[in-house]
Amino acid sequence: MAPQSAVSVRNVSKKYNDVEALRDLSLEFPRGQLTSLLGPSGCGKTTLLKIIAGLIPANSGEVEVNGIRVEGPGPDRAFVFQDFALLPWANVMRNVGFGLELRGIAKSEREAIAEKYISNVGLAGFERSFPHELSGGMRQRVGLARALAVDAQVLLLDEPFSAVDEQNRRKFQEDMLTLVQEERKTFIFVTHSIEEAVYVSDQIAVLLPRPSRVSEVIRPTSFRNKDAANIRRDPEYLDIVDRIWASLRNYVE
Amino acid sequence: MPRRSLILKLLSALIVFGAWEIAGRIPVSFAFPTFLESMQSLIVMTVDGTIFQAYAETLKPLVIGITISAFFGIGIGLWTGLSARFDWLFSPVFIVMQAAPLAALIPLLVMAYGIGLTSKVFVVCIMAMPVIVLNTSSAVRNTPASIKEMATSFLASDRDLILKIIIPAASPVIFSGLRLGISAGFIGAILAELKITPTGVGDIISYSRSIADYPSMYAAIFSIIALAVVFLNLLERLETFLFAGNNRGYASD
Repeated sequence: MAPQSAVSVRNVSKKYNDVEALRDLSLEFPRGQLTSLLGPSGCGKTTLLKIIAGLIPANSGEVEVNGIRVEGPGPDRAFVFQDFALLPWANVMRNVGFGLELRGIAKSEREAIAEKYISNVGLAGFERSFPHELSGGMRQRVGLARALAVDAQVLLLDEPFSAVDEQNRRKFQEDMLTLVQEERKTFIFVTHSIEEAVYVSDQIAVLLPRPSRVSEVIRPTSFRNKDAANIRRDPEYLDIVDRIWASLRNYVE
Repeated sequence: MPRRSLILKLLSALIVFGAWEIAGRIPVSFAFPTFLESMQSLIVMTVDGTIFQAYAETLKPLVIGITISAFFGIGIGLWTGLSARFDWLFSPVFIVMQAAPLAALIPLLVMAYGIGLTSKVFVVCIMAMPVIVLNTSSAVRNTPASIKEMATSFLASDRDLILKIIIPAASPVIFSGLRLGISAGFIGAILAELKITPTGVGDIISYSRSIADYPSMYAAIFSIIALAVVFLNLLERLETFLFAGNNRGYASD
């Protein structure tokens, strides 16, 4: 029995001019869990995520977050961008507190909150650094801290690790597991890496392209509560990775 | 580092002034005084106060013209950058202004506004404003889409978007437009004094040329260049003061 949904997507369609990006797509995102949207490039996973974020409107269908219909961006959702989208003229402290700044929270208060999340993502000591002084992995930690700082119930992550090197990526994935358990938030995670999706997710929605639809939803059962170091050796992990690849391979040019 | 750059600056000044001195001593032309002669007459003019009286005249159209150009230039630039309709309406005016041969327009200005301060302010504005407007509007149009999207997703109002994203992101290019505009304004101010009515520094230049007092003529030219350099340096200070992260590269590159 799946837990209650935090985000529901019902019959959403989206067209860019004549190109059909999403057709009649429905999907439920269980509360407090991490759901991956996985699929080949061009399958509309980022489009779906931005529709949930309220950044682009759907042509038809509806998205509900905690039972409330999405009309635009809201305080219940926070976004982590693929290209980090940090303010180059602002230091780490201001970048992390930027969401709170836009909400009109006083400087001392938002700096206290920002400081907490900066140390949570492992960047303590870099509060006064500027983005260009940080590595790619560290920049994305800033992006993550900014999203956590506004304390939204739903976190939307758009291929957050794709611009980060492999070793940092692995560390990030391990941190994600801890984060999902500690923060008790709903994570929606777009990725094109099968291993990454299976490693971090409670639920994996495999999307197929042109036009995009959900081909299957997979819920790993046996390894989710195991030690992070052993997941990649778990037989179910390997099976799921194989199974997803088998269904996706026809769609990869 | 600052020590080394100071040494380099002094060294390059020494080379330029040394070359000037040598060229004056050859002499390249009867009308070309040596560096030391020119500095001598600069000191004479400073001591007897001529140069200060001259600048009191020259700075009037210059300061008024540059203030108007900076204020309205940035304002109109922001406006045309943000709205395609105003871009369509105003940009051609400034493109024409930038391309127009100013000296040919001066008789028209004199006919319309007389030989007083107004015409001179106009000349400064025609020189300074187009580049400020065009730089500002292209900078605004080229604000990275991803940081605008980020601000929207964190609930930025339109006002926040302009003040906290678009202007800071455009500031390096706006400032480079200001630098170019102000140096063009200096040219305009002197041109106005040479072409409309001889006052201030323009008067020193044309009067001392007519009586073959070339050292004074070059002293006046030297002083206006020195003033322009000081002014541009102050502008650079202002930029680093306002936008500390600006000249330190970008997170996205």
